[in-house]
Amino acid sequence: MPPKRSKSVTSSAGSKKKGKNTESPAQGEKLGHPEDILPMVLTSATQELFGCRADEDVTGESPYKLLKKDDLIQDLKTRAAVSDFSPAKQIVLNYPEDELLLVFDRDFTYDQLFYLVLTPEAKARILNPPQPEAPEVCENEVHKTGRSEPKPWISLGSEQEIEEESFKESREKLWYKFSRVRRKFGAPVCFSESNIDAYMECVPFQDSRFRIKQMQRDFGMQAVPRMQSSSSQTQWKFKRNIFTRYTPRELSDGDKENIHQCENLKHFCNSVTPRVLQALQQEEIMNVFFDDWKALGTAGDDADWSGKVSEGLMLYQAFTDQKYTKDKKISSINWHPTIYGVLAVALTEKKKEEEAMDESSAVEFRASHIVFYSFSDPSNPQLLLECPDDIYAFEFCPSDPNIIVGGCVNGQVVLWDISAHVIHLQGTQPGKKYSLNADTFDLDDNKENKTPVVRYCAVSALESSHKAPITDVQWLPPTFEVTKLGLPVENKNNVSVQVVTCSPDCALMFWDVRVTKLLSQSGSDRKQNADQKTSYGVPETFKHLDRTWKPLFKVSLPKIDTGGEYAPLKFSLELYTCNANTGRTKEEANENDDGSKVVPDYSQLRVPSAKTLATLEDFNTKLYIGTEDGEIIYTDWKLVKDDSGRQQSAKPLHCFRTHHWLVNTVQRSPFYKDIILTMGSWNFAIWKEGVMEGPIVTSPCSEQVCTAGCWSPSRPAVFFIGKDDGSIEVWNLLEKTGEPLQVHAHITDAKITCIKAWTASSKQHFLAVTDDLGMVRVLEIPKTLYAPFKSETLSVKKYFKLEEDRLKDFMKRDELWAKQKKEAEKLKKKMDPVKPVKSLTENDEENMKEYNVHLEQEESVLKGLGLWTAPADTEDT
Amino acid sequence: MAEVEETLKRIQSQKGVQGIIIVNSEGIPVKTTLDNASTVQYAGLIHQLVMKARSTVRDIDPQNDLTFLRIRSKKNEIMIAPDKDYFLIVIQNPSD
Repeated sequence: MPPKRSKSVTSSAGSKKKGKNTESPAQGEKLGHPEDILPMVLTSATQELFGCRADEDVTGESPYKLLKKDDLIQDLKTRAAVSDFSPAKQIVLNYPEDELLLVFDRDFTYDQLFYLVLTPEAKARILNPPQPEAPEVCENEVHKTGRSEPKPWISLGSEQEIEEESFKESREKLWYKFSRVRRKFGAPVCFSESNIDAYMECVPFQDSRFRIKQMQRDFGMQAVPRMQSSSSQTQWKFKRNIFTRYTPRELSDGDKENIHQCENLKHFCNSVTPRVLQALQQEEIMNVFFDDWKALGTAGDDADWSGKVSEGLMLYQAFTDQKYTKDKKISSINWHPTIYGVLAVALTEKKKEEEAMDESSAVEFRASHIVFYSFSDPSNPQLLLECPDDIYAFEFCPSDPNIIVGGCVNGQVVLWDISAHVIHLQGTQPGKKYSLNADTFDLDDNKENKTPVVRYCAVSALESSHKAPITDVQWLPPTFEVTKLGLPVENKNNVSVQVVTCSPDCALMFWDVRVTKLLSQSGSDRKQNADQKTSYGVPETFKHLDRTWKPLFKVSLPKIDTGGEYAPLKFSLELYTCNANTGRTKEEANENDDGSKVVPDYSQLRVPSAKTLATLEDFNTKLYIGTEDGEIIYTDWKLVKDDSGRQQSAKPLHCFRTHHWLVNTVQRSPFYKDIILTMGSWNFAIWKEGVMEGPIVTSPCSEQVCTAGCWSPSRPAVFFIGKDDGSIEVWNLLEKTGEPLQVHAHITDAKITCIKAWTASSKQHFLAVTDDLGMVRVLEIPKTLYAPFKSETLSVKKYFKLEEDRLKDFMKRDELWAKQKKEAEKLKKKMDPVKPVKSLTENDEENMKEYNVHLEQEESVLKGLGLWTAPADTEDT
Repeated sequence: MAEVEETLKRIQSQKGVQGIIIVNSEGIPVKTTLDNASTVQYAGLIHQLVMKARSTVRDIDPQNDLTFLRIRSKKNEIMIAPDKDYFLIVIQNPSD
């Protein structure tokens, strides 16, 4: 009777252990294995016999094998003592059921490879784990998945500490009850005296046990984390992709080849090509989307069809002031760049010839002024700028219209700051008469009668100014500035800080309005004093320059081929607008401007060290200059080193004597940066920068002297010329190039000294004309003259290009002709090497002979006509 | 193959033609004279437009079909000639 092998309890069924009764662990300690299993060894022969070979029939995963009782008994009979089942013989024989369970114990849990389960109960238990356990197991498993597995508490000695600390009752609580005898309740009391020495006193006393304070006390704590579980979920209401990433599908080369070979493609191309070619050709033939009708005329677009289209310049307003403009002529006029309807004129003394010669006579010295007029008040000036002497040229600063620079007749440069009075000027816009507060209403009358006078802020040092009157002044644009050596560098301030002046003393000077480094130290001392204004109420903006202002550098104009220098009257330089080199784009520069229209405080600006600024490499430092003698010079202002190593101005690049007399206008076209209009004496000329051969357009000489001229600010082909006799000519290069489009005679009776066009608004274009009598007339430019055509800019550009080509062609032909002439002469000389030179008398005789022949002919003709009259006196030879 | 090339050359020789792309029915460029990036962009965008245009025409009249599509823009003109399996895109700069 082989004993039953017990089934091994595999490790995965650890939970089953718990459900098991407590017998097995206890017995396991005694026997080493539970009672109802029997570990045994099976030989390989036995294993094969019963089909329970290790790791083949029975494995770790399926360790159970049911053996038939009969088979076992058979084996026992056949092999008797040798049989492996012999130790369990009795059990097998007594086994009630038919089948016994043999378990393959891979892990040697009970020291042997196999176990026989001895009792049917155990077998049943092992094979079919009891059902009630299952849900528990499930539950346990479920809990296990949620939390970590709760393990039985293993005592590590901490309960002893808790035992020590905890307070337990060592004995039962005692209680005592004291009460009087019942019968004495309510009975009358009888007080009596007694001996005092027979009483027991319980005096309170300090028990030393309680004096000792326990300083430290152990007491157990447990921190319980306060946990709270909560959840949140966002509602993804609208499900859509925010980003997608894709790559285009492409065909591999092999596929492409296949397709190319395919017949389909060929058919497709053939069928489609005619359509495509037709469409392409249609495009070439004409542009169907081009509206010819609309493009025909823009002039008559929104003109008044009532017929009141004005063709000529209409007088809008005339300004004059009896007090200030009497006997003065106007030398220069400028429109205020920002305030509408305000213009400024510079008045100069009209020196009569006799007075000029006679210097000893006390010339009545009247202070010279620049007068500001406003449209709202034609007969009273709004503001007066006091000048040290007559001003021939002045300009508003492009970045701050409150700063005005002017050039004096004595060669000094003057600066004004009118920021204090700008409000006054702005308040005088037409329609805004009552801009002053009601508080000062009482003082109004007084104020309005007196025009505010602004004194100049600063004048340049007398010894370093020009030696002759300054005839032209210009601000450098805010995009660049110039160093002491004439190198253009970037302008970090983005405001105009430098001024260029020219004068017939053969020099061009560059001035800087900022504080130079030399002055800055003394400037800081001066700053403390400079808080209070000067006695004249002059603003402090340019205090640092006053009387000590020196030019940055000076450009002289040596003549090209002869000695001596040119005497410049007017000049024009290229306005650089793009800061490409410095990396700052125009948009950035504009952003800076738009962000904070902070007008810089000129007194705070300092000249930066030349090393910190980046040089503008591709900058065009050349300028056009018109001289006293009518020449137009094109020269470079950069100083170059000459042979002796000193910095000198370079010789001009070219010089043309286009005009015969003083040049009075050199102006760049506002539309093209390389087209310049020059005017002087009896004609004008248009130049293109870069064309060295000469002006691309020259006008024919007119009868009157051209005295002033300016481009139209809105039409690239139109410009205005003022003449000596007070008439204005309007030229339109696109319509007539040989003569003016319109001539408005007798605008004024005196010589026109200055003419300036201005675009006040989109519908109002004005032309300010000043004359020798001190009058300023503002003419309104009609729409025909200020509305440009659609492609006018392009057309004019083409026109200029044409002219340029013509000029170049002409020069070439000139050379060609010169060459041809030379060759012809050479040829002639060869042909007749010796030709008798006719004497003079022979020539005379010949001439007389011809003359006589002519006389006879005349006689005969007149006789024929019957008009022959005997000549009064005949010279018979 | 040579015929296709010849046709393309004929088209290319017209005045103002900037580029030619042949795209198959799925919108994948088959042949092109432009660079890869532009080609792929044109093909993808125009394919969708042609599908839309074609469906529009056919929706209005099922017997009808799209024969030619021209898109005129400020800078150039795009001409598309659709067919059964392919379509041809030509980009031309009109002479103004």
